[in-house]
Amino acid sequence: MERLDGNAAAGLLEEVFAREMTTAMETCASCGNEAVVATTHVYMGDIGTVLRCPTCEQVLMTIVHVREELHVDLSGVRRIDLR
Amino acid sequence: MSPPFSRGFHRRHEAERADADRVPPGQYVVNDFPVLSAGPTPHTSLDQWSFTINGAVDEPRTWTWEQFQALPAEEVTRDIHCVTHWSKLGTTWRGVAVDTLLQGIETSAEYVVEFADGGYTTNVPLDDLRDGKAWVAYEFDGEPLESEHGGPARMLVPHLYFWKSAKWVRGLTLSDDDRPGFWEQNGYHNYGDPWREQRYWND
Amino acid sequence: MAAPRAGWQSATLRDKRTETDRAATLHLSTDEWPGHRAGQHVDVRLTAEDGYQAQRSYSIASPPEDDGDVALTVERLDDGEVSPYLVDEMAPGDMCELRGPIGGWFVWDADDGGPLLLVGGGSGVVPLMSMLRHRAALHSGVRARLLLSARSLDDALYADELHALDAGDDELDVSITLTRTAPPDWAGYARRVDRSMLEEVAWPAADRPRVYVCGPTPFVESVAAGLVDLGHDAGLVKTERFGATGS
Repeated sequence: MERLDGNAAAGLLEEVFAREMTTAMETCASCGNEAVVATTHVYMGDIGTVLRCPTCEQVLMTIVHVREELHVDLSGVRRIDLR
Repeated sequence: MSPPFSRGFHRRHEAERADADRVPPGQYVVNDFPVLSAGPTPHTSLDQWSFTINGAVDEPRTWTWEQFQALPAEEVTRDIHCVTHWSKLGTTWRGVAVDTLLQGIETSAEYVVEFADGGYTTNVPLDDLRDGKAWVAYEFDGEPLESEHGGPARMLVPHLYFWKSAKWVRGLTLSDDDRPGFWEQNGYHNYGDPWREQRYWND
Repeated sequence: MAAPRAGWQSATLRDKRTETDRAATLHLSTDEWPGHRAGQHVDVRLTAEDGYQAQRSYSIASPPEDDGDVALTVERLDDGEVSPYLVDEMAPGDMCELRGPIGGWFVWDADDGGPLLLVGGGSGVVPLMSMLRHRAALHSGVRARLLLSARSLDDALYADELHALDAGDDELDVSITLTRTAPPDWAGYARRVDRSMLEEVAWPAADRPRVYVCGPTPFVESVAAGLVDLGHDAGLVKTERFGATGS
């Protein structure tokens, strides 16, 4: 399974945040680096979607469909700046 | 309002429940070996690899790759079941039984966290790794375990959903407390019995 | 007019055109398409009679100026679940659901200017084609170069249209590299994209081109690294990685 980028998670992120998120800037809670969400490292599978920091590879956020619900863990993101 | 049907579209794998004794509810059988990951494939060289049992034990125990290879190993054939609904029957592995690794270790711990390169964790009760229920496997189908499937070594705990068999495993932390691992913290079931279809946290 | 349920709206296949042995362009019509920008994609959802659903993302091939149908070019993956249905089975009148348009990063509007460098591997050329069609529809004078990497000429998407656009536009240059087989009289590149090819094809880094690279992950990373190596500002190189798994 190869890694994709934030563009691949765009639809899912819009489902979560109700707006376009790939142009947003996130600050990694682990290393402090900032990156455009479109450039984050994305691992998508039927089990869930994981976004990782392109600098330190730590988990930024995890999104899981639990049947009809969405489970979202944002603890790896310190801040999001929306344009 | 139901969505429109796409004429002629059907799932790629027709849900086979031909052998209900062998295939848990909601699963279908595959012949390939899908790869699912939460992160990049680690590439730990064998001379850097080690396996450690730590936590609620008198003394942590560590094996290098050579030491690990020298342990008694066995070939096992088991069915495996992924929470994403695929099952693969009759998979063959070679590895060291967790019972072997725990020999001589005294502990009152009831829980284990499997920890892996890349930071992945998953939790299981210690009893679920004992008595012939779990292995640290380094061969699949007669060949060294490929990195995309968890090599050099991964856990094999076939009686639970396969996310409980950590790829790229580097050790077990024994504990008196149950500490939910990665997917368990993200909506999945804490125990994960495929026969009771324990997929999600509220099942 | 009811709002689409959770962003999904019904779509009907109006027409399907073969592009190559393994790819086709589907023209889908919807009631409430809000318009899109070049480079965006849609999510497509299929529902089987037993209720089973599968969903995949596909880049929009049509330019924003085509405000009727949404055109998607889909490449069949042999062990795929959705792409074989879309390419081989779906017929005019059949239905699916669309969600979108999606994406705000990997987009180009003619107003963004150039010069423009587009590098596409395989089906990665689809969103880039939307950009070039948008540029053509506006008769834009933005200088543009496209480098398309394909296995063979038969697999090269849009080869004829690209040739025609190139021939008719002094400000557009199209280069094609074939990585597996080339016809005997082939005058183009015949190898994987490498640094020296990028050096020949790309704008000089000093021109500060807007760059869009799309295709499989290894392709995108190799090309992006090569361009940065040649001095291009990483901040001007936008990338979109396609996955082959599970399509």
